[in-house]
Amino acid sequence: MQEVKWRRLPLNSNYAVAYAVKDCDVDVIAAYPITPQTTVVEKLSEFIANGELDAEMIHVESEHSALSAAIGAAAVGARTFTATAAQGLELMHEMLHIASGLRLPIVMTIATRALSAPISIWCDYSDLMNTRDASWITLIASSAQEVYDSVIQAYRIAEDPRVLLPVMVAYDGFIMSHTYEPVYVAENPEVIREFVPRRKTWLTLDPDKPITLGPIANPDWYYEIKYQQVVAMEEAYKVIKEVDEEFGRRFGRSYGVIEKYRIEDADIVLLTYGGLFGTVREAIDAMRKRGINVGGLRLRLWRPFPAEEIIESVKGKKLVIVLDRAISYGARIAGPVALELMSTMYRMSEKPEVLSVVVGIGQRTVTEEDIAEITALGMKYLEEKRVPNQTIYWGVRA
Amino acid sequence: MSSKIELPPTYKDIEDLIRVDRLPTIWCPGCGIGIVLKTLLRAIKKSDIDVDRHVIVSGIGCAGRVSGYVRLDSYHVLHGRAIPFAIGIKLAKPELEVTVVSGDGDIVGIGGNHFIHAARRNHDINVVIVNNMIYGMTGGQVAPTTPRGARTTTTPYGNIERSISIPLLAIAAGATYVARWSVLHVDHMMNSFIKMFRHKGFAVVEILSPCTLFASRNGIELLQLYEILRRKCKIVSNPDPWESHIDIFGDKPIILGEFIEIERPSYEELVWSSIRG
Repeated sequence: MQEVKWRRLPLNSNYAVAYAVKDCDVDVIAAYPITPQTTVVEKLSEFIANGELDAEMIHVESEHSALSAAIGAAAVGARTFTATAAQGLELMHEMLHIASGLRLPIVMTIATRALSAPISIWCDYSDLMNTRDASWITLIASSAQEVYDSVIQAYRIAEDPRVLLPVMVAYDGFIMSHTYEPVYVAENPEVIREFVPRRKTWLTLDPDKPITLGPIANPDWYYEIKYQQVVAMEEAYKVIKEVDEEFGRRFGRSYGVIEKYRIEDADIVLLTYGGLFGTVREAIDAMRKRGINVGGLRLRLWRPFPAEEIIESVKGKKLVIVLDRAISYGARIAGPVALELMSTMYRMSEKPEVLSVVVGIGQRTVTEEDIAEITALGMKYLEEKRVPNQTIYWGVRA
Repeated sequence: MSSKIELPPTYKDIEDLIRVDRLPTIWCPGCGIGIVLKTLLRAIKKSDIDVDRHVIVSGIGCAGRVSGYVRLDSYHVLHGRAIPFAIGIKLAKPELEVTVVSGDGDIVGIGGNHFIHAARRNHDINVVIVNNMIYGMTGGQVAPTTPRGARTTTTPYGNIERSISIPLLAIAAGATYVARWSVLHVDHMMNSFIKMFRHKGFAVVEILSPCTLFASRNGIELLQLYEILRRKCKIVSNPDPWESHIDIFGDKPIILGEFIEIERPSYEELVWSSIRG
């Protein structure tokens, strides 16, 4: 096996995606411009035009068509890619279910962005959280390097015959999509291509053996077909961990399904996802210096939800503060991850308190001071034994 | 965030229709959309329709920002959906004069199907399409209106696709007033805007507007793009829509004029007459 040679480049997360897609030798890309995703496809157009990537680029007229075109290409066996954000992801919503229902291993990246109305081009996770039940495997990265590595892992996961589900890799719009970081990319992409070998693992259209994809399923079979997606998600959970471990052995970087930061001896755990975890880590270091026993957990895998790992990590803790960057309107616990965590913890005999906090909506800045103040508030609630059973909307001018 | 802007004296007549507090606009220096906005507001003043009855609807994109700068009832809606939104307004309140102002990508790209079916039904709304031949707001990607051969960030060595001709599409779909001008043809634009307000039916006015990104992606100065328009645009009376294809870097002239002006009952007339019996 050839050794990988790394090249250290200054890349933002959008360009990190483009390099990963190139290194995975994708065949068909279909996309529509939308801020803050657009430079992903611009870079890929450049790679294709310069002959660095042998792929077809389809300049479709909407995101609905972008995913439709990717579905068509995947249905004939092509390795496909698309990328979007916010309204684009919403416009794709119908096709999200088609892609997963047809069990096509499409990979898509999301530079997360707040939803209209009112129009906001800035970051939060309301677009991604709206796709929760679409049967897509969903990874959320927190650095440009992890974005690059996750896109590569995504093809391996999606195309695994035990899985055959589409994969989304999400990261903060602007905060990550437009911020440059040092990223190691393979100088010899053959090595990456060896890691994601071309295998025809999924059912495709073939004139020699004609089949029909996606016809009507009546009440006698629809349920069983959808149940296969449930099983595939369960299988995916194992595969995601396997692939990440193998990636680590091969390339020296792995991430797990959750990332832990100074939680071993912590009483209080801050749980969040995406680029915000960087701020949380800094805040934890500062609070630790002041003698506060606090640690951090980052959700890297959103679907399938890493229940066992989460339960294991929060066991024996006094308080978990969940920082969500999306709102589930009308829910008492309105942070989507907080809600998920609480339902996951329901059967635990001795469980920590959970404080659900909404932050960073429409990219309202979240500073280390905010994190420290939120932690202090959580500690106060804990001490007074009155952790509220409803979400705190941090910093809102209500 | 923005410092206080004072409009020059030449804006005196339309100052009351501009949200001065929202200035400066997001448009690049040299962009043509400002000319369209100014001309549209003057046309509204001259329209014999009470200003309060005018409504502006726009989608997403640079031209879509028009709705935010007008001191009128205005709606900034989703990408591609300005036309169905406008139809809803017109059906609920037929006494309003509803004008969509948006870009080529918004109206004939992502919103293309709405454009076709609104034209087919001859909805009594006005559609001003500011055609800059590129997705400008997102940084200059290829659009359905990008001429063949033009370079964009997603076609770095030139676009291979044929572009949509807006007048041809509009007429084929059933629009009853269709005109095309450029931002250099302000008087003609003004006349067409006034006509479209008076017109009962689906009125389309396409305005060719140079985009600084389009120029830079194609290695020319913005002023050169204005010069190309000045040199190549040819006003024709009763122009043939089949000749309306835009060949920006070739030898063929760009045909301007009023492509169609016919009467056909509008959807609103038909629907209200059927209700009233």
